[in-house]
Amino acid sequence: MTPVLLFLASGAEAAESSGGGLPQMDTSTYASQLFWLAILFAGLYWAMDRIFLKKLGGIIEERRNRLADDYDQAAELKAQAQDAEKTYIQALNDARAKASSIAAETRTMLDKEIAAMQAETDAKLSGRVQAAEASIAEMQVRATAKVKEAAVETTQALVEALIDEKPTQDAVTAAIAAAT
Amino acid sequence: MSAVDHLFAATAFAGPMEQFEIVSIFPFGTENINLEFTNASLWMLISVLVASAFMFAATNKAQLVPGRMQSAAEMLYQFIANMLRDATGGEGMKFFPYIFTLFVFIFLCNLLGLLPTIPGVPHALHVFTPTSHIIVTFALAMVTFLLVIITGFYKQGFGFLKMFVPTVPLWLLPLITVIEVLSFLSRPISLSIRLFANMLAGHLILKLFAGFVVGLLAADGLFKAIAIIPLLGNVGVFMLEILVAFLQAYVFAMLSCIYLNDAVNEAHH
Amino acid sequence: MDAEAAKMIGAGIAAIPLAGAGVGIGIIFGNFLSGAFRNPSAAAANQQTLLIGFALTEFTGLLGFVIAMILLYVV
Repeated sequence: MTPVLLFLASGAEAAESSGGGLPQMDTSTYASQLFWLAILFAGLYWAMDRIFLKKLGGIIEERRNRLADDYDQAAELKAQAQDAEKTYIQALNDARAKASSIAAETRTMLDKEIAAMQAETDAKLSGRVQAAEASIAEMQVRATAKVKEAAVETTQALVEALIDEKPTQDAVTAAIAAAT
Repeated sequence: MSAVDHLFAATAFAGPMEQFEIVSIFPFGTENINLEFTNASLWMLISVLVASAFMFAATNKAQLVPGRMQSAAEMLYQFIANMLRDATGGEGMKFFPYIFTLFVFIFLCNLLGLLPTIPGVPHALHVFTPTSHIIVTFALAMVTFLLVIITGFYKQGFGFLKMFVPTVPLWLLPLITVIEVLSFLSRPISLSIRLFANMLAGHLILKLFAGFVVGLLAADGLFKAIAIIPLLGNVGVFMLEILVAFLQAYVFAMLSCIYLNDAVNEAHH
Repeated sequence: MDAEAAKMIGAGIAAIPLAGAGVGIGIIFGNFLSGAFRNPSAAAANQQTLLIGFALTEFTGLLGFVIAMILLYVV
């Protein structure tokens, strides 16, 4: 137990040996403490103000600016992308319209061509038909004439065989015309 | 036992006040004014060097994407800047370097004073807390106090005196004005005593508990076992002291900000 | 009475304000907590005020401590 008491007692002893006061109240040390405090604090202030904080503040400011710039840039890029999208859609619509117009044009052109070809073919065909009809009519006329001739000749031959007299052609013709 | 003997030899017969004694390291000054470099000066110098080394490491290769040191320094920067901006509303931002230096200096003086002394080294090299001396804290408080007065009169002229005349009923005015003036004048005293007394009390308690441990270990038998109680107590007090080292630096810096606010912004009583 | 003994008693009496400071700091933190639980979103903004209140309250206790020290070591 004695060491504890010894320790506690030593505090008072030490205090008595050093003039009995708090070291903090020893005014003889004040000048040196103030002097070195002033020098060191001023030095630290100078270093902070002129070097460290300037640098640190600068980099923080720069980062803030950079971030703001990046945001601006991002907004700009976004606007650009939107513009591009708009142009793309515009182009797409244009192309679509153009394609449909081309298709319509082609269709009308083809229709016209087809119509023209049809008309030509029709004309050609009708020409042929007319020619055929004409030749048929001619052939009919000729055939009729031949039939009449044949009828006349047959009648002549028949009459000759029957009455042994050959009637004239005109009489036979007249008779046939009357019979038919 | 040798380690304990060592500790015993180093501390046991030194009183709890021994840690605050100022010892000369080399003499300096004139015959009338003693400006010797002492252990107090040494530990102030160490604090300044640690602060400078930290800030140098943080800003040496400053990058947009900060490293570990730079992040810590930037956090401290933002912390102090926010404190000052909250108190003075941006008007007082030109005091930022001062508040920053004040905080870092006080914090490091407080914190480095908590380091354990290497047993057996000469007294001049014992760990010392400069902020446990009233003259140091009073000088720092006076810097803030004078800064407030000078800035106040410079920015507001005699309108600065309006802060002592709040809008109260006329018959109360003389009393209130006297109280305001007294409270204004007591600011540096309360600032300096708060910091000094906190440091003094913390280190006294640490030293007393440590003395109990050493004393009980030197006793015989059962007393050795009891030594664990003040040891655990000292661990707790030590952690509390780390908190106090930060808190007192913070309070000192923040109260300085609030006092500076009176100087840069007109009073709104 | 011995002057030395009177100093010691005086120092002991001067330590009593620490009790008041302890009670005061307890009230400050207790009220802050009860306020913070009622409106947690406003708690962070008032931490500065809390610490100022703590510092101002603590100061009265520290005055007692300083007086005790002065009685013990200076007077």
